[in-house]
Amino acid sequence: MGLIGRIGRWFDARVQLADTAKGVLAHPVPRQTASWFYVFGSAALLVFVLQVVTGILLALIYVPSAGEAWSMLHSLNQHVSAGWFIRALHGWGSNFMVAIVLIHMVQVFLFGAYKYPRELTWIAGVLLLLVTLGMAFTGQVLRFDQDAYWGLGIGASISSRVPFIGHAIVNLLLGGPIIAGATLSRFFALHVFVVPGLLIAFVALHLVLVIKVGINDWPMPGRIVRRDTYVAEYHELLKREGIPYVPAAIWPDVIFGGLVLLSIAACAAIFGPFGPGGQPDPTIIQTAPKPDFFFWWLYTVLSYLPPAAETPFLLIAPALGIAFLVALPFFAGEGEKSWKRRPIAVLVVLLVAVAWGALTNLGAHTPWSPVMDAWSGEPIPQKYLEGRTALERHGALVLQLKQCRNCHALDETGGKRGPPLDGVAVRLTQDQLIRQVVQGGGNMPAYGKNLSPAETTALVAFLGTLHPPGQAPARNAAQRAALP
Amino acid sequence: MSSSERPTRRGIFVKLGVLVNAAAAFAIGIPVLRFLFSPKIRERRPGYDSWVPLGPASSFPIGETRFASFVNPVVSPSDGETAKVACWVRNVDGRKFQIFAINCAHLGCPVRWFPQSNLFMCPCHGGAYYADGSRASGPPERGLFEYRYKVEGGTLFLEAGEMPTPGGALATLGVRRPPWA
Repeated sequence: MGLIGRIGRWFDARVQLADTAKGVLAHPVPRQTASWFYVFGSAALLVFVLQVVTGILLALIYVPSAGEAWSMLHSLNQHVSAGWFIRALHGWGSNFMVAIVLIHMVQVFLFGAYKYPRELTWIAGVLLLLVTLGMAFTGQVLRFDQDAYWGLGIGASISSRVPFIGHAIVNLLLGGPIIAGATLSRFFALHVFVVPGLLIAFVALHLVLVIKVGINDWPMPGRIVRRDTYVAEYHELLKREGIPYVPAAIWPDVIFGGLVLLSIAACAAIFGPFGPGGQPDPTIIQTAPKPDFFFWWLYTVLSYLPPAAETPFLLIAPALGIAFLVALPFFAGEGEKSWKRRPIAVLVVLLVAVAWGALTNLGAHTPWSPVMDAWSGEPIPQKYLEGRTALERHGALVLQLKQCRNCHALDETGGKRGPPLDGVAVRLTQDQLIRQVVQGGGNMPAYGKNLSPAETTALVAFLGTLHPPGQAPARNAAQRAALP
Repeated sequence: MSSSERPTRRGIFVKLGVLVNAAAAFAIGIPVLRFLFSPKIRERRPGYDSWVPLGPASSFPIGETRFASFVNPVVSPSDGETAKVACWVRNVDGRKFQIFAINCAHLGCPVRWFPQSNLFMCPCHGGAYYADGSRASGPPERGLFEYRYKVEGGTLFLEAGEMPTPGGALATLGVRRPPWA
């Protein structure tokens, strides 16, 4: 026996943990669970370890001071050897972790793993999802740039809508009356101590349960979960076709985990670190704040909800969603596990995935946001000016100068907040155009006070020329009768 | 442990130990709570909401809306540039002013003033406001937040202290703040 073996023995004679560890590692699992479908939990844990390591490395340099954090991040990117790479690993690790946790959740949901007796395993998993998202949000704040600064403002504005205690929550969240030094300090404490502490505790609970209650058996259509018989059946299954996790069933986890780490490293090396973006100076307002991509769906929802529905939605929907997830194993704790016999479960996943994808895609394009510099940066396409009268061209100038293009596109350029104006003359008669411009309505401000009668006349004259070549502009019935 | 009728010496010592630790929990716990809720407690102190000068009133031309910024009355050493707060000052007629918060009444993003179209526009979710701060379109449920102001000795002051939020104190401008808020 070599020296290392002897030292190992010396330690284990005292701590006496080797047998326990061997028992845990070699605990029997059903043969079919050595599968590519069962790799996401261990991969999430592995990425978390990467996050802890890279997080500690970043904490060696980072300064949680509102006055210095942003410059320090630039220094990390540029003056510390491999600093940019460690930042990139941590940022990409965060994205991968959120994604893998979500995939893991979908997989265990479709495989019925939340059913009896694994209710608590599932609930610990729901808590892990919440703290993972908590890490993502607090981490985004530590990248203390314009997006972080105004993102905190959005967080504060949402919190302030809680009845009665909203104002107090804002103060406690920001650590003071405004977003400033104390805010960053407390998000640092949350991101580095509090939330990871919870995460580690929930991971421990989750893992203990996976070992004690056992990993979910492969769902077979027709193998029904019943509270009276399930545990005995599971033990029977283990006895019949169980294999030790180490060494027989761990190989997919190891291979997939390695590939995930390589992917993170590749993304970090190719795409680099995230930001920091613009300087977090509250007096620099030429910015369009945007959250990280996993919150884009929420960004979309907040744009499209009717104003009156927003506060109830913000305060009630998350609570209902979490309550549903926690309650799931209690009202659907028995019965079929296989997704082949659970069409509603499959449809729910598809519905959520399609809704999430659609909302996220909209969040990528933000068609509801005015394009703040379209009026000064996007000229009127030449084809809309050729052969126009002086009045109509003056109208084009009014359109441009009054920032109509910030919300209305011409030839695909400009804002998408309002409808594009390329064919507006076909949709609205002259009278309707005047009314719409002067009075607004349908989510358009009224321009009556901001346009002189001459400007309105010119603008409407120009808008009246915007129709496809073969299509006549709209005219009201009286005009049609008078001028056939 | 057996539950005999007669208290044992050990039992009494355990109870005494619990008592000592309960006292320690109070002695330590109350300052801990005060520390945690400091942002809320500190709010009642004088100097929280203060009159802050924005410069000579004459630097804001009549009939125009101009960008201004000031340093928040409550600052801490680590604030850096985040101690600054931006706002929009509208000089209505030389005597009457309106000072709007930079934060959109929807979710707090920085609104921008467009003098050409006389509109405030928000880059986040597309809220728009008229020159007087009233809601023009988009998701905000109300007009822009307004600060209180006064002109003394030719200098324009605003009463500032905290970031305006839909549920905050400035949201009910014109209504006197209750003493506990």
